[in-house]
Amino acid sequence: MRLHRRASIQHKSIKMADLSTTIHKLELKNPVLTASGTFGYGLEYDDFLDVSLLGGIVVKGTTIHPRQGNAYPRMAETASGMLNSVGLQNRGARYFATDIYPKLTKYNTNVLVNVSGSTIEEYIACAEIINELDHIAGIELNISCPNVKEGGMSFGTSCGSIENVVSAVRKVYQKTMIVKLTPNVTDIGELARAAEYSGADSLSLINTLLGMAINAETRKPVLATITGGLSGPAIKPIALRMVWEVAKAVNVPLVGMGGIMNATDAIEFFLAGASAIQVGTANYIDPTITLKIIDGIDSYLNYHKFNKLSDIIGCLQL
Amino acid sequence: MRKTVQNLKVIENLQLNDDHHLLQLEVPDQLETIFPGQFANLLVNHSPGVFLRRPFSIYSVDYIKNTISVFIKEIGEGTRALGQTPVNSYINSMFPLGNSFTIPNEPEKILLVGGGSGVASLMNLAQELNKNLNDVYILIGARSSADLVELEHFSQYGTVYTTTEDGTQGEKGYVTNHSILRDQFGQFKRIYSCGPEPMMRAVAAKAKSQSVFCEVSLENTMACGFGVCLCCVTETIEGHKCVCTDGPVFNINQLKWQI
Repeated sequence: MRLHRRASIQHKSIKMADLSTTIHKLELKNPVLTASGTFGYGLEYDDFLDVSLLGGIVVKGTTIHPRQGNAYPRMAETASGMLNSVGLQNRGARYFATDIYPKLTKYNTNVLVNVSGSTIEEYIACAEIINELDHIAGIELNISCPNVKEGGMSFGTSCGSIENVVSAVRKVYQKTMIVKLTPNVTDIGELARAAEYSGADSLSLINTLLGMAINAETRKPVLATITGGLSGPAIKPIALRMVWEVAKAVNVPLVGMGGIMNATDAIEFFLAGASAIQVGTANYIDPTITLKIIDGIDSYLNYHKFNKLSDIIGCLQL
Repeated sequence: MRKTVQNLKVIENLQLNDDHHLLQLEVPDQLETIFPGQFANLLVNHSPGVFLRRPFSIYSVDYIKNTISVFIKEIGEGTRALGQTPVNSYINSMFPLGNSFTIPNEPEKILLVGGGSGVASLMNLAQELNKNLNDVYILIGARSSADLVELEHFSQYGTVYTTTEDGTQGEKGYVTNHSILRDQFGQFKRIYSCGPEPMMRAVAAKAKSQSVFCEVSLENTMACGFGVCLCCVTETIEGHKCVCTDGPVFNINQLKWQI
């Protein structure tokens, strides 16, 4: 395309607010990250936007061994959202390190890897490989994937298993470790405290909610795996409630996500207590949505006369 | 051409029959080559029940008017809203997406087999093959004569044969029962097909049994259209591949179809 219009942040005549935020040792130029599994390795978005303008990206869930993922069909559109049952399809941590990682060093932003596994040993082995990669700023420990038979979410639903996996990975991973929590639990505050106690530098939430879709005409489930993870604006109220609960329960910084489609949604997560946010499913519909959200957060802060983002984090008026 | 997201103006909306529309969309930027088989992912406006974009084959490209056309069959809320988009309004479009059919280097005798809205991906292909002096035959199947649309357009680029399930036009029965497949199949050097999967599997089985080059265009359900959600995978000899980026066109030898 001759005049390819890659999206960029609009420069305004008025002073930009200070959008920077901190997640443990990570300095983010703005609080907008991308959610794992919705942004590939960033490279898939190069046609659409300058990935370096984002606060950071979290690349696709990575396991020590290659995974083919689940059978097709893997997706069902639902009211204000979608179900997926991809099942951590990826080519393994070693392939990531040798073939994908060198392409990501061009990005002038925080690149994090979402680390998953079926056993504690697999989590450790995967984290050790990622630990050797200089340009990877941190990991997001995925103990919340609802679409794998072994491991994944089963690690994230009891305090004991959270302590085992988080403390084991903590021993081998030196940089920032964010632990991604599942919403498919009774008391998320208690589990958040277990992750914090076991060495998490930050918590991200929420992963998808377990759901299902049925085709009444065929009387069959839509997904090959029968159940899958629900994402999109349908889950935002639940995500906000959980971020708010966890913010009261722990001291580590939080990364909020769940159905964020625009800047107002993002602001709501900051007010609930998130220091940064991730945009997920919205990237599918508008691959430039993250830049619009950054711009919109700045507009909000200016309009409400806040000089910096930190002025609103956790400032829900009760 | 790089993938892009643009608001395209609807400059023509032809209603072909009860539920088929042909939309011509004006592209603001200068078009570069769009290859046969590529698709566009369209955003549906003002439809609260629709969350994701809807993918459509790029039916034809007019480089002089700088337009692309999409062929829309109304199936549900999203396709209905898109099909009824008024002229002069805009559709937010992500395009061009996916790979393309393989065009032979030398002219050959070629058969295209399309069924239902699957014919949409064959028009741009027929045009391209005709331009390269291939001897093109186009076999199109539908439920009834009312569903056979754009035949005159196809006949500009090759010899058209038809089947209908109710016998109202062409040979009666499924496209896979047409006499050309029975009597003349061996004359074709290449087969391209798009339509319902059972139809493509039957065509692929025939091609495989006679070792004829055959490519099919798949229509798996997808969320993103550019290779990040990993929802539209199909099983290939190299494992799961995304229909949106590794496809939608696959050589039948790549697929793990039991044929």
